Amino acid sequence: MSFHHHVLPNGLTLIGEVSPSARSAAVGFFVRTGSRDEAEPAVSGVSHFLEHMVFKGTPRRSALEVNRDFDSIGANYNAFTSEENTVFYGAVLPEYLPQAVDILADILRPSLRGDDFDMEKKVIIEEIGMYDDQPGWCLYDHAKKAFFDSHPLGNSVLGSVESITNLTRDQMAGYFERRYVAPNIIVSVAGNFDWSAFVALVEKHCGDWSKGDAPRANVFACQSNPRIETMKKETVTQEHVLLISPAPGGDDPLRHASDVLAMILGDATNSRLYWDLVDPGLAESADVSFHDFQGAGGFFTSYSCDPEDAEEILARIGAIFAEVQKNSVTAEELATAKSKVLSRVVRSSERPMGRMQALGMAWMYLGKYLSVDDELQAFDAVDLAAIRETLDRYPLVKPAIFALGPVAEVRNCFANA
Amino acid sequence: MPQEVYHHVFENGLTLLAERMDHVRSAAFNFLIPAGSAYDPADQVGMASVLAEMLTRGAGKRDSRELSLALDNLGLDRDESVGQYHMRLWGSTLSRNLLAGLEIYADIVQRSLLPADELEPVISLSQQDLQALEDEPRQKVMVELRRRHWPMPLGRDRRGTLESLARITSPGLTSHFQKRFTPKGTILSVAGNIEWTALKDQVARHFGDWKGEPAPTLALETALGGVAHIEKETTQTQIALAYASIPFGHPDYYAAQGAVQVLSGGMAARLFTEVREKRGLCYSVYASYQTFKDRAAIVGYAGTTNERAQETLDVTVGELRRLTEGVTADEVQRVQAGLKSSVIMAEESTSARAGALASDWYYLGRVRPIEEVQAAINALSPEKIVDYVKTYPAEKLTLVTLGPKALTSPV
Repeated sequence: MSFHHHVLPNGLTLIGEVSPSARSAAVGFFVRTGSRDEAEPAVSGVSHFLEHMVFKGTPRRSALEVNRDFDSIGANYNAFTSEENTVFYGAVLPEYLPQAVDILADILRPSLRGDDFDMEKKVIIEEIGMYDDQPGWCLYDHAKKAFFDSHPLGNSVLGSVESITNLTRDQMAGYFERRYVAPNIIVSVAGNFDWSAFVALVEKHCGDWSKGDAPRANVFACQSNPRIETMKKETVTQEHVLLISPAPGGDDPLRHASDVLAMILGDATNSRLYWDLVDPGLAESADVSFHDFQGAGGFFTSYSCDPEDAEEILARIGAIFAEVQKNSVTAEELATAKSKVLSRVVRSSERPMGRMQALGMAWMYLGKYLSVDDELQAFDAVDLAAIRETLDRYPLVKPAIFALGPVAEVRNCFANA
Repeated sequence: MPQEVYHHVFENGLTLLAERMDHVRSAAFNFLIPAGSAYDPADQVGMASVLAEMLTRGAGKRDSRELSLALDNLGLDRDESVGQYHMRLWGSTLSRNLLAGLEIYADIVQRSLLPADELEPVISLSQQDLQALEDEPRQKVMVELRRRHWPMPLGRDRRGTLESLARITSPGLTSHFQKRFTPKGTILSVAGNIEWTALKDQVARHFGDWKGEPAPTLALETALGGVAHIEKETTQTQIALAYASIPFGHPDYYAAQGAVQVLSGGMAARLFTEVREKRGLCYSVYASYQTFKDRAAIVGYAGTTNERAQETLDVTVGELRRLTEGVTADEVQRVQAGLKSSVIMAEESTSARAGALASDWYYLGRVRPIEEVQAAINALSPEKIVDYVKTYPAEKLTLVTLGPKALTSPV
């Protein structure tokens, strides 16, 4: 695999990794904007709504034509919005890459027509409704907001029915003008393609995109915010609980150690939480994951169970976390986690879509290229000292705890451990 | 690039399939064992789900922890799932670890310990899994649809009920495992950077002595069909429906696939365009295809806020029926492009290929060469698809809704 990099005169960054034996090519446009960049509550959800509107037509194409053009090249395509990024991507057979770039580049200068805006607003409200019926999601959204508090990472990605209903087309257009500027966008490509042809293609379609600055305000670490909060909802059957504590950010050298630590604590197989809670049938599911953002991160521990067991499980997690905080993890646990990670990294690198996403995110957060071997080496380098340092700087023992379900109050048994 | 596909049927009935993919570093395997929920004892539905969970709690000389550690040290990601006819054991790892992984799986499928003192926790997990369904309305509506649309025992929810789970005993579980885990009718498929001879030898060595009888023939009852509503206070109403199609293996199978793709293959397809894009009625709406050897269905789904649910149902069923009026050449071109992409891109994924090998063999008794699939896709036409939908129209729908209010059924 060979890596290439080029910046257009307007500041648009192009990165690519060529893999001649791949059956496809995957391309993605990564816009460095998300819910954390929504400066006022009045525009809450604009990044995500805009992501939808990007597919609804341009001066050259109606919404239906956008979809038809993607479908006629057999593209496997989609987009997503997070707290920090809006990404538009597709995987195609190599011969269709030029058309894929043509469509993606076109739609990233959307018309935002009023009729389409009003209609798609209904779809966003449907999406909000869909998540409203999923207790795990409701819990996550509420907990994230409460944990991050005034930090912009707490902003809701979807927005609310109210904020979306009141959002105007002009507010969205203004946001687009400010955020979707060339220097704020990375184009990532991977698989079976020709690099110079690709550069020429992107130059042709995107060379006239506006320059401009899209600064990101409020990049700072988040504070620990220990407390417990119960949300009673009688229509929910199981009790759902989420614990959050600060973790390294996306460019922190400790991020690999954090991934490994989260795996040892709460992976689906062989983890501390698995043996203590799931294997004996106490919790139906329990896991720990590491989420990183720019300048901040979080360890997220979640479980669901019969309501009457919620407090006992919380106490058990408290005991496990206290033990790990004190004694760290064992060399054997570390070795096993590394075997798992090695296998997962290799397998996810086998599809151009996987490589394209990884390339884009590495450039977004680190400004550099990481080959598959670089990734493997970084995980292999995680040692007990790195885990100890992660625990010291980001202790697990004072999380913010949130519960959603039929229980009126889940008491803070974590701290009693 | 020529495909390298191999097969061998052992004397004990076990079928081994393999595809060598030399451009990858991983390998995936897939066991289909005729031990699905349809074979659960009638008063102990949930047995297969309990067994799937118990299987990896010790096998051969390794107890539960040793087994888990051995597999994790091979970097073997894995899962077990229960379908109607089959239990599926899936795994994926670096190709150099595959043979060692299969040796451990030989213990799992032949010498699983099924420790008696772990039955109660596993039943507890199964009971919680059942409770959790109440918090997953999108899944619950599908479970209820399957219960009505397919004849029993195919329509069973693999989770069982609280009562049926409580009846499962350790001796009963062990006996079920010994009867149902048999090489006769079991398919093991492998795809990735493997050597056929070494693989075949390893399987012969570790699975060659496996003995068992074929799965019994099941007597199927008559399906309930009809219309049902599950009342629940939710923000969205869930809509799920099904109607008869033709099984994989039927000469007109590709026309049926074509119809599903016209309805739901991409974002310019009928359902997405009419229900979501033009009317804003849903976030999620789709049609899919479910098949057994002797029967199949097209399944439709939509989730929509309660006030619009009736309109969503009417528009969705309207689109399913409108297919009989015609399909354009452009639509077929888009369907062909999408299907061809899927087929070729599946060659990048070891788990996709392992699954496809097993599926082909189970339904057709052979693995379709990629050229055959591509030729069948190229042969699709508007006429073939319209002929199919006229013969198998969206009539006699099974319909299940979940939400605060029942809907008026257009069936």
